[in-house]
Amino acid sequence: MSNPLRMDISPRVVKVFRRHLTVYRRNWKVSLSFNFFEPLLYLAALGYGLGVYVQAIEGLTFIQFIAPALIASSAMFSSAYECTYGTFIRMEFQKTFQAMVATPVSMDEVSLGEILWGSFKSFLYGSVILFVILVLGLVASPWALLVPVVLLVSGLLFASLSMIWIGLVPNIDSFNYYFSLVITPLFLFSGVFFPLSGLPAIAQTLAWASPLYHVVNLTRGLVLGNVGMHLVWDFVWLVVVAAVLIPIAIHLMRRLVIR
Amino acid sequence: MEVITARNLVKEYHGLRAVNDISFSVHRQECFGILGPNGAGKTSTVRMMFGFSPITAGALHVLGWDVTLDAREIKARLGIVPQENNLDLDLKVLQNLLVYASFFNIPEPQARERALELLDFFGLSDKHDAKVDHLSGGMKRRLTIARALINNPEIIILDEPTTGLDPQARHTVWQRLRQLRSRGVTIILTTHYLEEAAQLCDRLIIMDHGDILDEGTPGLLVERHVGAEVLEVGQGAVAADNLLKQFQNQIRGHLVVGDNLVLYPLNGRELLSRLQDLPQQFDHYLLRPSTLEDVFLKLTGRGLTE
Repeated sequence: MSNPLRMDISPRVVKVFRRHLTVYRRNWKVSLSFNFFEPLLYLAALGYGLGVYVQAIEGLTFIQFIAPALIASSAMFSSAYECTYGTFIRMEFQKTFQAMVATPVSMDEVSLGEILWGSFKSFLYGSVILFVILVLGLVASPWALLVPVVLLVSGLLFASLSMIWIGLVPNIDSFNYYFSLVITPLFLFSGVFFPLSGLPAIAQTLAWASPLYHVVNLTRGLVLGNVGMHLVWDFVWLVVVAAVLIPIAIHLMRRLVIR
Repeated sequence: MEVITARNLVKEYHGLRAVNDISFSVHRQECFGILGPNGAGKTSTVRMMFGFSPITAGALHVLGWDVTLDAREIKARLGIVPQENNLDLDLKVLQNLLVYASFFNIPEPQARERALELLDFFGLSDKHDAKVDHLSGGMKRRLTIARALINNPEIIILDEPTTGLDPQARHTVWQRLRQLRSRGVTIILTTHYLEEAAQLCDRLIIMDHGDILDEGTPGLLVERHVGAEVLEVGQGAVAADNLLKQFQNQIRGHLVVGDNLVLYPLNGRELLSRLQDLPQQFDHYLLRPSTLEDVFLKLTGRGLTE
């Protein structure tokens, strides 16, 4: 057997991405409105509802505190949904992968195309939230223009993580566990709703291992204009972890489909 | 000229042998059939041809390229029609062909021209703006075959092309495949319909349990194993042993299928009249031309659909 991490990737991966884009263009309105509806509910209920009873956090109102973090979390959810349910349906029910692999497209390109697509979804849905909070007057700094770049990298990471889950547990029912054991805990304990400085040291150490924690640091820092070297390190963390996860996801998917 | 050569090809899944050390070759511009029941190893064999299944052992060359090294070169020149439809249900008919063409790096105007030509050839011209999901089973199949031709392949591989189609849709597909063959496309098809194999294939291999049982033209296979005619005897109460003893010089072989005795006569008419002269009563006699199914029954002791 050749080196499992040797990948067969050519520019044809763009064709896979374009296939997803072509399909998406047929129903983007419905899909987009659903995906940004939920973060809006969070903003309304927690920011304007609960926020009234919450004292200022690090000098910010509650809605100012959570709004930039919701960019990060909804981006995470969109790529996680896309690269679990979306990917699995294409692979298992629609047999789209099988169709693509019968052309000069390689399985590795199919997988990378899925990851790029998941990253694009993260970028798209996160940017929509960014736009909404901009309209609500919750964006304080032009550094926010860099948020979409963060969303692309975080999308690569969460797309790969989700496809690694498929590669290990290729079963549509298992995705519930992925969301309740991985994605939701990340959502709750990565500093979206409260600063981690109040938690015990052990929890803060654990949070460092959470990808979402770094994404939240970045979106919050950029939206509020608190930039500095600490954000560079958060970004480097994301790039390194994404770069490690991508080939693992591609390898596991190849092992799953090409038998 | 050989376009596909398999030498001692083996495919194992988790230690289970699906293809057991088989060798065969496919010639340019022929229609080559792989006939066998479900689980015979047909699909595994064709999947290896386009790199969807890595080979476990042996060698497989397609158009001179090695499947383990040059899958992309090979796939650029093949058309694949899988067993299960995998059209893009989210896309319209024409879009399906265009997106597929993009995987071959075919420029859009050229792809469009070719797609319209193919839709016309497969009688789907008026459907090019229809949703794939709304097509009938036969139309989906024709569209899948049209899609496989978008890159002008030298070889088209069809895995059970008419399984699940009604007889009329099946005949339409056969007709198109014959036309393709007459245009010089090499066709490889797997099937468990003996009629399909007999109607379309110039040459075929019969597979069972991962082995090739025999290979040849349909006529040759029938001639070699059972001869031109078979005589079926519903023997009723009469013991097969007695009959066989009595007629052993007039038959070249036999097979017992339930309470049916299938004889392979040297001279069908003569044997039939001899049988009719016997005092015993039989449930029925049937003298008929032999088919590939008789060959398969003889080779495996069971039918294709069992």
